[in-house]
Amino acid sequence: MGWYVGRRLIEILPVFFGVILIVFAISHLTPGDPVLIALGEHATPAAVDKLRAQLQLNDPLPVQFVKYLGRVLRGDLGRSIQNSEQVTVLLAKRFPATIELTLGAMLIASVIGVLTGVVAATRQNSWFDGMSMFVALFGFSMPIFWLGIMLILLFAWYLGWFPISGRLDYTLELSRVTNLYLLDALISGNWQALGNALRHLVLPAVTLSSVPLAIIARMTRSSLLEVLRQDYVRTARAKGLAEQRVVSRHALKNAFIPVVTVIGLNVGSLLGGAILTETIFAWPGVGRLVVDSIFARDYPIVQGAVLVIAILFVLINLLVDLSYAYLDPRIRYG
Amino acid sequence: MILNHRMRRLAIPIAVLAVGLLLAPTSSVGAPMSSWDAKACGRIGGTLVFAQAQEAVTLDAHDAVDGFSVNNTSNVFDTLVRFKVDSTAVEPSLAESWTVSPDGLVWTFKLRSGVRFHDGTPFNAEAVKFNYDRQVDAKNPYHTGTFEYAEFTFQNVKSVEAVDPMTVRFTLSARFAPFLTNMAMFSTGIASPTAIQKYGKDFFKNPVGTGPFKFVEWVEKDHATYEANRDYWAGRPCLDRLIIRGIPDNTVRLLEMERGTVQMMDQVNPPDYDRIRNNKDLVLFTGPGLNTGYIAMNTQNPPFNDRRVRQAVSHAVNKAALVQAFYGGVGQPAKNPMPPTIWGYADGVQDYAYDTSAAKKLLAEAGFPNGLDTELWWPNRARPYLTQPQKIAEALQQQLAQAGIRAKLVTYEWGTYLQKTRSAEHPMAILGWIGDNGDPDNFLYVLLDKDNAQLGKASNVAFYKSDSVHRLLIEAQQVSDQAARTKLYTQAQELIHRDAPWVPLVHAARVGAYRNQVENFLLHPLQIWWLHRVWIK
Repeated sequence: MGWYVGRRLIEILPVFFGVILIVFAISHLTPGDPVLIALGEHATPAAVDKLRAQLQLNDPLPVQFVKYLGRVLRGDLGRSIQNSEQVTVLLAKRFPATIELTLGAMLIASVIGVLTGVVAATRQNSWFDGMSMFVALFGFSMPIFWLGIMLILLFAWYLGWFPISGRLDYTLELSRVTNLYLLDALISGNWQALGNALRHLVLPAVTLSSVPLAIIARMTRSSLLEVLRQDYVRTARAKGLAEQRVVSRHALKNAFIPVVTVIGLNVGSLLGGAILTETIFAWPGVGRLVVDSIFARDYPIVQGAVLVIAILFVLINLLVDLSYAYLDPRIRYG
Repeated sequence: MILNHRMRRLAIPIAVLAVGLLLAPTSSVGAPMSSWDAKACGRIGGTLVFAQAQEAVTLDAHDAVDGFSVNNTSNVFDTLVRFKVDSTAVEPSLAESWTVSPDGLVWTFKLRSGVRFHDGTPFNAEAVKFNYDRQVDAKNPYHTGTFEYAEFTFQNVKSVEAVDPMTVRFTLSARFAPFLTNMAMFSTGIASPTAIQKYGKDFFKNPVGTGPFKFVEWVEKDHATYEANRDYWAGRPCLDRLIIRGIPDNTVRLLEMERGTVQMMDQVNPPDYDRIRNNKDLVLFTGPGLNTGYIAMNTQNPPFNDRRVRQAVSHAVNKAALVQAFYGGVGQPAKNPMPPTIWGYADGVQDYAYDTSAAKKLLAEAGFPNGLDTELWWPNRARPYLTQPQKIAEALQQQLAQAGIRAKLVTYEWGTYLQKTRSAEHPMAILGWIGDNGDPDNFLYVLLDKDNAQLGKASNVAFYKSDSVHRLLIEAQQVSDQAARTKLYTQAQELIHRDAPWVPLVHAARVGAYRNQVENFLLHPLQIWWLHRVWIK
């Protein structure tokens, strides 16, 4: 196991190199001159030259790439073209917002999705099965944008149960250590901020969970149905076990492998930023950062953010693979 | 001339004043009562939350280029002179008075004494010089940004010197009437030299000025918090606290204001105007804007190298319908390249009537009896002068089709769009301009002079190269008498109208909304949200 993990971690290195190379190439080969975008329609040639030199865009691309790679290896992701903020500082502020939102959404999606899937599978063809699978299909098909606005209208604007947008009321003081507000509030014992941050999290997390929830529910149902038809389940039933025990002790764990894969993949992609959700709820996450930076041709931010997203994605895949061994003892790494 | 598309607002025709000063042997302007102080605070205290469509990018006034950042910095930094509360004329601010030498080259500012920066350090002539050096001298150790506007605001400035602690002298290399206006522009805000030295590259998130609000906290992409500068030289602001939030979704921003969690918002969706007007708790503010949206036809290539074809396009567009449908009825159909809020506007110009048969006739004369096929380019990014780009483009496409001009719609992402239109790859392209220097020169010379029609760098994207217009515009830059300039600009607009390199579409209104508990708010013509005179009931 340890050897396997080590090998996987080493394998990550070429992946990173590839990611850096691709991101660098894409962002520099995209049409649209960053200097022109920064300076606007009417930049003077002198100003263009000055900024180009300042951003070291005059070097040949391979030279720029090698220099960039060297800085990345030293942990320096550069500074924003727009306001000279360090990219590492920027990411440290923005990623936690996305992580909080993603984990919130995946918690809702996993718990409700798995429960729904299990109930639907054990009561196959019941009204609950039909209804829940229909709702899941609906959740999967609804545009996030529409769903988010509807939830805001009903629960925040009309009923006033939740705040409309943002991450935390500006009136509340919170010492931002990790920038995971829930964690920061817990650490500092700031219960008011904790409650406030939680209330801010609910609607965006529910909105964001709609698609993965639907996938998880349907995946759990079909996977569990398949397992329930297997011989060892019949044996378990034959020896007189209660149905609940058959499902929870014998069937569920085996049915989980595809579900965990789906959850892992979703966490990975949500960490890349839930741009629509972040926009609707004015959530200061990394998705909006990347999109804004692409439009502004702020290369250092785009490169840094994509690099970190790739690292997270690879690590989550590793975790998913490792969890297989726990779920199915027949799977051994070594 | 450097002007930024993202912001390009500011500086206005103070030319009246400036020109007057240039003519006088040595004239001096005293310190009249500020236009901003006409109304007192009805109540002191309270917190105001202003929600704008985006959060600030930087809080360093020198480095700001987008309106969202400028709405923050303009409440923290003062400039030597400032725009009047409801116009683009200037009045004293950190400079109490100024004189200009007879040759118009030396401007001497007498500074207001007793003013302190928010960090307690004194404001003086050395600070002004420090701020100037920091922006224009690339070798200055505190030249930590791109300072894109410096080249524009300090154009023709040769040197700045501190004559004595309260006197600063700017020496120009050439007569330049808009100089004083430029000293009111947001990017010339005076920052604390001590703070710039202390924070270095991080000054953009630790702004220290002399303005009405002191910086408290910036949670990037979320909100910035300011508190009243109780020692403000012009009297403390009415509010205790000012919060500027970024809420990108227009609907959500309005819902927040309806709930009362936000008191003011910018960029209202035109379809929401009536929703606001019908809500007794809300107020919709509208006023004439300082912008023009237009279609530029590429006059160098067929078919638009033929004036008759361009005139046909001009006849084919129904501007009034566009304003009604996409600008909530509060914009103004455009007949000239610059808006009527600017002096020198040629009101005598008779716009091309919306007349499809006239258009068809002109096309037939030009050799297109069966109409023609072309492309209409549109930028995929909403701008104040182009509220709903795609819908406007589609409406134009339909209008043109009725006159037999079959235009395929083409779009590119903004950066690419700029690059391609500057390189003349378009037959027709929709673009626009927000004035930052209300001088007619800022519209006409920049956008329609042949000097600015260089391939790849053009701001004149119609590539309109009229020698007679060029002569008029250059002469207007050199004479200082405003009446004479007005005459020249009127002639230029008439020629431009005849040649029709553009279809000027619309001058979009400036629009904002607020809850009715907010008092004494006026959205400045430059669309900067100065909030120190606002109070809450």
